[in-house]
Amino acid sequence: MGAQLRVYKRRIRSVTATKKITKAMEMIAASRVVKAQRKVAASTPYATELTRAVTAVGTGSNTKHPLTTQAETVVRSAVLLLTSDRGLAGAFNSNAIKAAEQLTARLEAEGKQVDTYIVGRRGLAHYNFRERKVVESWSGFTDEPTYADAKKVAGPLIEAIEKETADGGVDELHIVYTEFVSMMTQTAIDSRLLPLSLEEVAKEAAPKGEILPLYDFEPSAEDVLDALLPRYVESRIYNALLQSAASKHAATRRAMKSATDNAGELITTLSRLANAARQAEITQEISEIVGGSAALADATAGSDR
Amino acid sequence: MAAELHVALVAADREVWSGEATLVVARTTSGDIGVMPGHQPLLGVLESGPVTIRTSDGGTVVAAVHGGFISFADNKLSLLAEIAELSDEIDVQRAERELERAKAEGDAAAERRADVRIRAAATR
Repeated sequence: MGAQLRVYKRRIRSVTATKKITKAMEMIAASRVVKAQRKVAASTPYATELTRAVTAVGTGSNTKHPLTTQAETVVRSAVLLLTSDRGLAGAFNSNAIKAAEQLTARLEAEGKQVDTYIVGRRGLAHYNFRERKVVESWSGFTDEPTYADAKKVAGPLIEAIEKETADGGVDELHIVYTEFVSMMTQTAIDSRLLPLSLEEVAKEAAPKGEILPLYDFEPSAEDVLDALLPRYVESRIYNALLQSAASKHAATRRAMKSATDNAGELITTLSRLANAARQAEITQEISEIVGGSAALADATAGSDR
Repeated sequence: MAAELHVALVAADREVWSGEATLVVARTTSGDIGVMPGHQPLLGVLESGPVTIRTSDGGTVVAAVHGGFISFADNKLSLLAEIAELSDEIDVQRAERELERAKAEGDAAAERRADVRIRAAATR
């Protein structure tokens, strides 16, 4: 076998092995998307009921709460960025990071200080490499977040917002995550989580102008609101974590699918080249034999004369 | 037919139980509260404790609920809990181990959670 042909054969073998791996990763990601979507669906009843309850307290009483009060001048904002722990997901992480950076730039242009909180190793690595300050970060659960993880993330954030600005507290909380629109579309979005605008929550809960009954609060409206709002924030963060996980798996699936397709194309091209090389080798051998025998025949014919 | 109310017991990550019931007893921060059909709209904060649901076919469902809310309006009752387990889902041995560990470490919240689990499981 010629040297050229051997090189082609070796490359085909290596690309075939890679293709098998990416194909397997694609299938795993596909099954995980379905699982993640199911988790999003399973968390919906709790979120809807909670939204309803928040609306009920918000409309049924005039209670003031640190989580719903807009600061007169916003000095410091917190940005929570949700990324994944692992890469191989196309532009998933870079899109989320880009969205966070745009938001940070916008807030800084408005004269606010920005505290960054990060979920996921990828985002943290990006910030550490650029030596930017990260207040707190969490990782290790981005593939399958649980409610306990959301609580862990929400705890310090709620604490920061309840603290006075002068003591290092923040006035508002923004969250940047990747929304799962469909299997093919995931968009990185940012939204302001706190302070909570009760009007907006109400719009979300009863879009058809449904009138909520007058509730009896047990023990009191203030206490209910006190207990309710942190849970609401947790549930919103939980939802964002789940959507981000589903998006990550969908992005991985897509990236791995195109990797598999590309590997297939590469194999076709390489096989064609290998075939051509083999054919060229055969042709050369034949022409060598023919040439050799012709020379031999000429030589014998010459000696006869 | 006796009046009924629709109950949905939801935990943060799943719907634990839903169905028709005639009476629901839950523990709020200011004491036990019983809700029957036609109760006035109510929104309360739940303590860690067992919730008893008397279903319309005469059965009883007991669940251990840790933190959350009870909300009732239009004959629909929702129990929202961060963690909720039906009595037959509870692993008694595990809860007992937890109880001992919590006692040893002096973790009052964990001790209470384990205690509620064991008591809810005892009713099945």
